[in-house]
Amino acid sequence: MTLARLDFLVGVASAGAASAAATVTLPFTNGTRPLVAYPQKRPLIVLTPRPPQLETPFAVFNESVLTPNDAFYVRWHLAGIPTTVDGATHRINVHGSVKRPLSLSVEDLRTNFERVEIVAVNQCSGNSRGLFDPRVPGGQWDNGAMGNARWTGARLIDVLAKAGLKDSAIQIRFHGLEQPLLPETPSFVKALSIDDIDQNVLVAYEMNGEPLPLLNGYPARLVVPGWYATYWMKMLSDIEAIDTIDDNFWMKTAYRIPNTPGNSVAPTDTGYPTIPINKLTVRSFITNVTSGQTLHAGPQTIRGIAFDSGKGIKTVEFSSDDGATWRTATLGRDYGNFSFRPWEIGFTAKAGASYVLACRATTNNDVTQTTVPVWNPGGYLRNVIETYKVRVS
Amino acid sequence: MSASIIRVVALVSAVLILGAAASTVTITLPPDNVQYKPGPGADLATANCATCHSAAYIYTQPPLNRKQWTAEVVKMQKAYGAPVADSDISAIVDYLLIQNGRP
Repeated sequence: MTLARLDFLVGVASAGAASAAATVTLPFTNGTRPLVAYPQKRPLIVLTPRPPQLETPFAVFNESVLTPNDAFYVRWHLAGIPTTVDGATHRINVHGSVKRPLSLSVEDLRTNFERVEIVAVNQCSGNSRGLFDPRVPGGQWDNGAMGNARWTGARLIDVLAKAGLKDSAIQIRFHGLEQPLLPETPSFVKALSIDDIDQNVLVAYEMNGEPLPLLNGYPARLVVPGWYATYWMKMLSDIEAIDTIDDNFWMKTAYRIPNTPGNSVAPTDTGYPTIPINKLTVRSFITNVTSGQTLHAGPQTIRGIAFDSGKGIKTVEFSSDDGATWRTATLGRDYGNFSFRPWEIGFTAKAGASYVLACRATTNNDVTQTTVPVWNPGGYLRNVIETYKVRVS
Repeated sequence: MSASIIRVVALVSAVLILGAAASTVTITLPPDNVQYKPGPGADLATANCATCHSAAYIYTQPPLNRKQWTAEVVKMQKAYGAPVADSDISAIVDYLLIQNGRP
């Protein structure tokens, strides 16, 4: 493909994006957001431009089970993001309590380690925070701070085996190229206990068969299937084995959930113990209906997705009477237990009627979504049964 | 015009990567055009907040009360190292309450 041809295509794309200067209004106060096409991205919902936080429009989840790279949400913590990354010279240093420190290039990962693929949901810890009641401060996402991709890379345990963990190591700490703008701001680092690192955890260099978009962590990011995305370090540059529990700000103070039943508390509660956020809660969504939509009368198919932290989805049920009665949906293609699981069910809408549609998922270890919302001051773990009010023409 | 040229460079890089192992990717982020709106304390908010983040961090929050905005400012000061003088906290909170507050 020639440069001239590319130039033409980009020009068309730019013109399209410019003319689309649109906004969307998410279903909560102060929810109006611009739609902007960032580099390597289609127009996404801009939560904040600096550092960039971009939400995936929910309709994308009805297009395909795998979220396209150009539609995948973006979340950075600190404004010091490299805008140029050389995938050839980039190095991932493996050090600390290891017998053989390593300095790995992406090419090393590709050629010296087994190539492993896994389809897994990447969901921001704060996904759906804007829907908390009462509202809580923090990034005000609707339900689109998540995505499902086929990740390809080297197993972290293989990398650690090559470096040779010392017996004293109990956690692995991760750092990427993201940098704070002030020296006083804590660098974004995260840690996982060695017991939580299984064969599914990857240092991924491909996303849906292509290099990662820069804003999703090019040239390599950690993939921690079943765990919230805060652990999926982007532009991974540093893997350090440590002999203590990491006490950095991002583990010790931020991204904490109540260590209470259901990780939930009352807004007036104080003094409860907290733990670092960890595994995803089970969720399901209808993807081809939005709340407030007018449906056509007659038989139609309701479609959606469900996921959990990796036990896998056993059943998805559908209700058209606000949860009074439920019918079991048909599950679609199985991409593995860490993936979105598509589902569908037939529904006949009566002319002139109103319905409250709902869906609920049950995992293979029999955890089912409920009508009781989780509440915690961080705005984490939302997985209440979602409802969709519709009318019929 | 220059932005679109840079975008071409990014796309060309991305195309090259498909055939090779890895290459340089360069992007240009769109400008942050969310303003710290004028009003009492806007100069303090700009001086203490704008270095690190967009004003969208204010306007996308739910309306917060004095206690909540104060907690946010103190978090920025203590946890994130924002150069907020203790004597400026209340004026910054006043600004935030005008911009996006509730009783």
